[in-house]
Amino acid sequence: MARKLPKREVVIVGFGWTGAIMAEQLTAEGLDVLALERGVWRNTSTDYAVTNAQDEVRYRFRHDLFEQLSRETMTFRNSSDQTALPMRMLGSFLPGTNVGGSGVHWNGITWRFLPSDFVARSHNEERYGPLPEDMTIQDWGVSYEELEPHYTTFEELCGISGKAGNLNGRLQQGGNPFEGPRSKEYPNPPMDMVLAPKLFAEAASGLGYKPFPFPSANMSRAYTNPLGVSLAPCTYCGFCEKFACGNYSKASAPTTILPVLMRRQNFELQTQAMVLRVLKAADGKSVTGVEYITPEGEIIEQPADMVILSTYINHNVHLLMVSGIGQIYDPRSQQGLVGKNYAYQITSGVTVFYDEETHINPFIGAGALGMVIDEFNGDNFDHSGLGFIGGGFIGQTQTNGRPVESLAVPDGTPKFGAGWKKAMRENYGHSVGIGTHGAVMSYRGNYLDLDPTYKDAYGRPLMRMTFDFTENELRMSDYLTDRAVEIAEAMGGREMTVSRRKGPYSIVPYQTTHNTGGHIMGASPADSVTNKYLQHWQMPNLFLTGAGAFPQNPGYNPTGTVAALAYHSAAAIRRSYLRAPGQPMVQA
Amino acid sequence: MRYLSLAQSLTRSSRRIRIAGLVALSACLFAAATHPALAQGTNDWSELQRGLYLSRVGDCAACHTADPEKPMAGKYALDTPFGTIWTANLTPDEETGLGEWSADDFWRAMNEGIRRDGAHLYPAFPYTHFTLISRADSDAIYAYLQSLEPISQDVMEPDFPFPLNIRFVLNGWNLINFEDRSFTPDPERSAAWNRGYYIAEGLGHCSMCHSPKNFTGAVKDGDAAYSGGMAEGWLAPALRPGSGGPGLSDWSKDDLMAFLRHGRNSRTAAFGPMAEVIDKSTRHLTDSDLDALATYILDLPESGEAPADSEAIDTDDPAMQTGALVYATQCSACHGPDGEGIPGQFARLKGSSLTQSSDPTTVVRLVLEGVRSVPTEKYPTPHAMPAFDWKLNDAEVAAVATYVRNAFGNSAPAVTADAVAEIREAQ
Amino acid sequence: MAISRRYFLTGASVLALTGGALARSYRGSVPWSSKTARPPSPAGLHQTFFSAEERSVIVAMVDRLIPKDEFPSASEAGVVTFLEDQLAGPYGRGDIYYLQGPFQQGTESQGYQAEAPAILYRQAIADLETAIRKEGTDGFTALDAEAQDDFLTALSEGEQELEHVDAKTFFDRLWEDTQLGYFGDPVHGGNRDMVGWKMIGFPGARYDYRPYIDHNGKALDLPPVSVAGNYQREAN
Repeated sequence: MARKLPKREVVIVGFGWTGAIMAEQLTAEGLDVLALERGVWRNTSTDYAVTNAQDEVRYRFRHDLFEQLSRETMTFRNSSDQTALPMRMLGSFLPGTNVGGSGVHWNGITWRFLPSDFVARSHNEERYGPLPEDMTIQDWGVSYEELEPHYTTFEELCGISGKAGNLNGRLQQGGNPFEGPRSKEYPNPPMDMVLAPKLFAEAASGLGYKPFPFPSANMSRAYTNPLGVSLAPCTYCGFCEKFACGNYSKASAPTTILPVLMRRQNFELQTQAMVLRVLKAADGKSVTGVEYITPEGEIIEQPADMVILSTYINHNVHLLMVSGIGQIYDPRSQQGLVGKNYAYQITSGVTVFYDEETHINPFIGAGALGMVIDEFNGDNFDHSGLGFIGGGFIGQTQTNGRPVESLAVPDGTPKFGAGWKKAMRENYGHSVGIGTHGAVMSYRGNYLDLDPTYKDAYGRPLMRMTFDFTENELRMSDYLTDRAVEIAEAMGGREMTVSRRKGPYSIVPYQTTHNTGGHIMGASPADSVTNKYLQHWQMPNLFLTGAGAFPQNPGYNPTGTVAALAYHSAAAIRRSYLRAPGQPMVQA
Repeated sequence: MRYLSLAQSLTRSSRRIRIAGLVALSACLFAAATHPALAQGTNDWSELQRGLYLSRVGDCAACHTADPEKPMAGKYALDTPFGTIWTANLTPDEETGLGEWSADDFWRAMNEGIRRDGAHLYPAFPYTHFTLISRADSDAIYAYLQSLEPISQDVMEPDFPFPLNIRFVLNGWNLINFEDRSFTPDPERSAAWNRGYYIAEGLGHCSMCHSPKNFTGAVKDGDAAYSGGMAEGWLAPALRPGSGGPGLSDWSKDDLMAFLRHGRNSRTAAFGPMAEVIDKSTRHLTDSDLDALATYILDLPESGEAPADSEAIDTDDPAMQTGALVYATQCSACHGPDGEGIPGQFARLKGSSLTQSSDPTTVVRLVLEGVRSVPTEKYPTPHAMPAFDWKLNDAEVAAVATYVRNAFGNSAPAVTADAVAEIREAQ
Repeated sequence: MAISRRYFLTGASVLALTGGALARSYRGSVPWSSKTARPPSPAGLHQTFFSAEERSVIVAMVDRLIPKDEFPSASEAGVVTFLEDQLAGPYGRGDIYYLQGPFQQGTESQGYQAEAPAILYRQAIADLETAIRKEGTDGFTALDAEAQDDFLTALSEGEQELEHVDAKTFFDRLWEDTQLGYFGDPVHGGNRDMVGWKMIGFPGARYDYRPYIDHNGKALDLPPVSVAGNYQREAN
């Protein structure tokens, strides 16, 4: 029997980027907000300080900041005719845990999606005709113009370092000429570039492209955000993505929001509170709160007027499934929406090797330090006759020189032994990697549901992921890789290796922590779980933030859009929902 | 209502005010600061507000609020060189607090350091400073304390060794160290200076930390005053130039006011006991009181001879070499490759008097324990320095301390590994 | 690299402090307390995992994976110390991995499907010794270098099967762990005297490269540092 606590106005499940954004916005409105986090509190100076944050074994390979699969994981298979098996170790993607969530160990690349990304189906159909039958992409129900002010809010919160390419419709030198019009320049100038991105940019310019600096949440100078919270300049320590920042120079919920949020008396954070399910009203027309378990195993019922699910996408989807909220998607019948349109991203790389006189010094790095071109993203180029839609960026980021993670040896090097050791010694510090980072569309056969066999530590069925790369994505990735090879050839190295992404999708090698879909947003309850304000169509006092809302996955890092959607939702809650609580903000 | 009886006692006690003129003066000074109608007893609410404000000026909560859930209920363990004292319960609890105390009793405690039962209070309670304050201010604080929720608290006797455990002995202490004083404004000085004197020397009891102590633990005055002291094992830096180093000689009034208001300024950030003082006390000061305090502090005359300039240690010195490597790999990410810091975030070491202070205890403790700058309204970010005690051995801490004291144009005596070991053991 | 006694003492007390002080409900301020830290857990000096026989097999294997040349072999660099510590601790136990059954081998894209790494290592060593003995040789250490390389290659490609565990799964773990032992921070027991970092020119656990952003392709030759410090020892 659960112990029932007094009702709260707002309960937020999961305290990462969007949990903190929603809490900040709603406490500013005067609401009483309780956030529940399964992990523990973490402080920069005591938990991942400059004294101990630089440890490749501990953080990258022993997953100190990542979620523990012994508590909950998922099963995985490439297609529905296979038996899904549990993801026993993290690999392909690395969600976080503890206060700040995955946003503590992100790299800080902070994009806006293209205006056409939000109307992917109508835009592509209009330009290229009917799409493949099993491609289930759809329009988002929200436009770039609606999100623009919220992108700006997030960029100012974080102090993004970058260069605008389109200010109010006027193109700007040195920025991304393809981006949607932005109302403001980035709050901080771009980071200073090291040699590798300069080599990339020079080669790309020579081929007629317009390289620009990655929009970066690593500070290019000291910054104080509109909440009054201060960030320090990035020191290029080379332990950024997959690591936490030890000197307050990477934007995250703890470094941009929490110093102010935690001081508000109408906010409370409860840690080590593992939410097991969302509680529904008897009539199924609203939620009444959540149920969580303490480390001692006590079950607590926490009633709430409003519940916001802000966990990583698979957990948001899983919570809906185990709580019986909405119908789980079935690929055969095409019925059900929960778990539908799971998508990912597709990456590939080219490594250019230089002679021993050229020292790249790869350890001088930051998560979002680099140069990039956007000519082949989204619909920035004509796809006629190419046999695919979508695209991605091609860029050079110098993130780190961590020996095990970033080792690169030329083709033909023995897998181990004396030859490998020699090649490692000769090539470390003399290579530059170019990456491509591409969109993945949604498909009938890529989805999430519940596993029939495996259970988590709390006895709940694991979520089951069925996913593979499809022809559209593999063709697109090959096309991007070919363009990357052309740039690599112009970079003047000694030789290069090309790592194309081939099917089947594997959960073993790290690719990106950019999983999307499963509780997608849209214009109609017939084809989406939430409306454009991330409000559940059938249970209007339930909101779901995060990339689970993406109907398909564009070719950019998602955090900027994840945050903009949260601010968009919070603004609507403040503006209209609170006037008529429990009512849908969009009529079905 | 408790306050009714309180008002009666205030009326009774007013007859005993010795220096009537002082009331008028202090009311006058307050007029600029807070509220025009401050005559005691005329307005319950404003009297309580004034008492609350004065209790903040005096930083009462620092010692008397051990548990935030039990404001002013005392039982805070004060470590003194002679043993531990547990602070008194200031809430109006009849058994364990000030419930039975009259305003006269309270005034006697403030003014003379004598308890309601006639016993002497230990001078960890700064009656040596509070003796300066006006009866009206004492009464306002009393009124405020009496308005608090009564909280029952265990009364703990200090664990002093004989003969210090006999309070009678304090007669002797007082004979040497205590003078019952009152405040007389200096007509030659500005109103701000006079007000600043009243705050700093009276309720603010700044010199309790910022002055050296004599063998009985009493604050030294005269030339030694404000030449730096120790507080809870931290160096409270000199506030006046002279024997304790440059003090605040290159601080502007804006620097000092920003520091006291926001915990940070363009050169440094408050930490340790001063961070608590700012959080609980100085950030609440009115603009004019803050200005007055800064005016007085920055006007302190030079004290004694400045210590001879220490010659910067050569960069070839082995400790400097190790220190440079430790600094480059551990410290420069925040304090900057050239010790320049980040205004409002990380302290500047270049030219910092604290870094170069003759007593390196604070520098060494900062490295060993880590420290947090106080979060305030203007600077909510609680930037903190991590603890290096697990990572750097005594020689390495000594080397990096020596380095920061002698790099960037700084110069101060080297820190030895033995000194670090001693400080480490004391933790 | 020797680890000072002080490191253990203070490290342990600091950990205990942090662990004991974990609150659950936070309100009103960002929590913080001095003298707390989460230092790396140093390799245990007395923690062993392998039996003498197992250790000799592991030494032989890792020294074929990273053999001696001008720079030390894997075992000389402390890789086996690293493995012992890792396998005796949370990694070996698989504390953060999902280890509920049923266990079955899936496709390569489904990833690791073995039990905890400690179980995998122990079983794999026993199985490979049995397999080699069946062929008439007295275990892995009795093979000549070329035969050892061939055997490891066969494991890595899944051509050499093991009776109870997936050979490639074991090889992949062993190879990654060997690299971590050679190039990971010395605090974990491997990379002795930071030899792996000195070999390739990685400066280790520094935190500020701003003075070198404009290096323009020049070598920087920055001496490496461990996350555990040890400046003096390195200087000597």
